[in-house]
Amino acid sequence: MPDLVQMTINGVAVRIPRGSTVAAAVLLAGSSALRRSVSGELRGPLCGMGVCFECRVAIDGRRHVRSCQLLCREGMEVTIGG
Amino acid sequence: MTPTYDVVIIGGGIVGAACARECAFAGLRVAVVEADFAGGGATASGMGHIVVMDDSKPQFALTRYSQQLWRELAYELPPDVEYMPCGTIWVAADEQEMQEVRRKHDFYGVRRVPTEILDPRSLYEAEPHLRPGLLGALLVPEDLVIYAPCAARFFLRQAQARCCDLHMGRVTGIRDHGVVLQDGSVLRAGTVVNAAGTWAKELTPGLEMRPRKGHLVITDRYPGFVRHQLVELGYLKSAHTLTAESFAFNVQPRLTGQLLIGSSRQFGVEEKSVDNHIIAGMLARACEYLPELSRMSAIRCWTGFRAATPDKLPVIGKCPGHEHLYLATGHEGLGITTSLGTARLLLDQMLNRAPAIPLEPYLPGRVMETAHA
Repeated sequence: MPDLVQMTINGVAVRIPRGSTVAAAVLLAGSSALRRSVSGELRGPLCGMGVCFECRVAIDGRRHVRSCQLLCREGMEVTIGG
Repeated sequence: MTPTYDVVIIGGGIVGAACARECAFAGLRVAVVEADFAGGGATASGMGHIVVMDDSKPQFALTRYSQQLWRELAYELPPDVEYMPCGTIWVAADEQEMQEVRRKHDFYGVRRVPTEILDPRSLYEAEPHLRPGLLGALLVPEDLVIYAPCAARFFLRQAQARCCDLHMGRVTGIRDHGVVLQDGSVLRAGTVVNAAGTWAKELTPGLEMRPRKGHLVITDRYPGFVRHQLVELGYLKSAHTLTAESFAFNVQPRLTGQLLIGSSRQFGVEEKSVDNHIIAGMLARACEYLPELSRMSAIRCWTGFRAATPDKLPVIGKCPGHEHLYLATGHEGLGITTSLGTARLLLDQMLNRAPAIPLEPYLPGRVMETAHA
């Protein structure tokens, strides 16, 4: 059994393998779009290495965090679609 | 030989653009010479805060006059100018600054500028993210914010729609009959206006003006985090002393939801590069007032140079000893605000019209070395 952490994505509880990035967690939870651009287009992880800023989400109330640069933690609250 | 233009303006920043617009509206044939791209110098570097200031009575007169001219344009400016009538809140951290709140309130009141003294409760209602423990503030509701490069380009378009040509090139010399460009060509004009900002001095030697460097930071989008331009009253202590380097808390909301964070002032630095210790000092100051800023993302920082005169007033009018040369420069950190008033006062002089406010405090003679004496 993989070691799992429990967290929420838009209020929905999910269990994700420890060591995953938040971007991976959102993809595993079934969504490839993380946010909307200023003009309303859907956006998701592109570079996966912290450069493109397309994967920004809110984590524990903190907005514009690059989800590809952060590992999942127990109890983390992730908000996507902002 | 007949001049091609009535007026040639050196510099397509907000001041030159406003002057071109005013000339074209007055029916003059005008040309603007821009060395880089219009609105790309200090115009693009600043905050775009249209603010009434009262460092001196002439400064007040020009900023207020200009602000009213901006307000008249509110419904005419295109959307990309991002006109936002958000007002300024001058924040008081101690009793001395509260005294300054009351003094400003009285000074503005007598001169019919609406202001409101905020007690701590109403201050935190207006701006809940400010740190606790502040004593109060002064709200100046008629101050506003714009995006200046687009305003400059709008003014140029308005001028061009009447009678204005935009020439790309660098002016290397001013003559009685016009200007000489770097490629050797000459633009003939009856009158030359030097509106080249910090570069004005290179074309008009003897002008007492120094570049004063500033840094700014812009954040990602955090809509609604602040609602007014927030400035510390300590700004008066830092911005108006002529020490080598100073910081002040000065945060501005943009229509995009971004926050512009300033401000810094440095004399004696010529290079454009971002200085990390200035950015650090400026951000530390901003975080003292808005602690949650420390959890936000900045996306860009840059620098710019203000054209600073010794008395902190701009230089508007005929250059002593030169019948055909006018100056419109030296606006320090207030050029966006005072561009419209500058243009109006400049044309008042050229056309012998009665000005709305006295011209004398801004005339060039006071900051020119007396080479002709």
